[in-house]
Amino acid sequence: MRLTCPLCGERDRREFYYKGDAIALNRPAPDAGTDAWDDYLYLRDNPAGVTKDLWQHELGCSAWIVVERNTVTHEVLSTALASDVKKATK
Amino acid sequence: MVNLVAKSPCAALLPLSAGNVTLTEQHPDALTSVAPFAEKEVEVSASLTVTHGVAYPAVNHAVGKDGARAIWFGQGQAMVMGGKVSDDLVQLAAVTDQSDAWAVMRLQGASSADVLARLVPVDLRSSVFAEGDTVRTELQHMMASITCVGTDCFDIMVMRSFAKTAVHDLHAAMKSVAALSI
Repeated sequence: MRLTCPLCGERDRREFYYKGDAIALNRPAPDAGTDAWDDYLYLRDNPAGVTKDLWQHELGCSAWIVVERNTVTHEVLSTALASDVKKATK
Repeated sequence: MVNLVAKSPCAALLPLSAGNVTLTEQHPDALTSVAPFAEKEVEVSASLTVTHGVAYPAVNHAVGKDGARAIWFGQGQAMVMGGKVSDDLVQLAAVTDQSDAWAVMRLQGASSADVLARLVPVDLRSSVFAEGDTVRTELQHMMASITCVGTDCFDIMVMRSFAKTAVHDLHAAMKSVAALSI
């Protein structure tokens, strides 16, 4: 498996650390309520298809990366710096 | 007073050679990590130009020469080798003295790219990785910085605590490559 780091280019999977669903970028407000926080902390979809994950280029440039991939075909569809994704949603 | 003797990270480990490849330790005067604050990269670059004669390096690139070099060292960060940076740089960037924190080694010789090919999952052949190019990647299982500083000549940096392991793994790869040409 190869992932394209937006900074370093295409690299082997062994350089990356897997964090989980990219929902971590959408942290609710402190007063959002227990339902929103329950959803954020514990509830995950398990899609057969396109999903977004957070990976860290741990042995490379240390950047956090949002990877869009397909769990059925194993295609990696796109990668983007998590910092850029977060800025775009502000 | 006890007279403490400073030891370099690869003291008693290097130099080594095998076949046409040599591995030596480099002793930069100082190592400083520089992470520019938001939108301060141009001003940081101006400061480094004054003190080291080098600009802040672009992603995957290193600038300068032995004695004064700035190496891209990851997202938003460069490692400056050579003399000390300006005291005023702390207004523009997160600045950390790393002088004793990294082992700096130089791998040189016609087969040096073949040696690295056994340890590093990135193509470092001269056709795609030339002088002034740098990568943050894995050397065996260690996080490393590898910079091409000349023809068949690479500067390799690993954290100081990995010095012995890095030298062992590089030497094993050097001997393996040398054995192919006997």
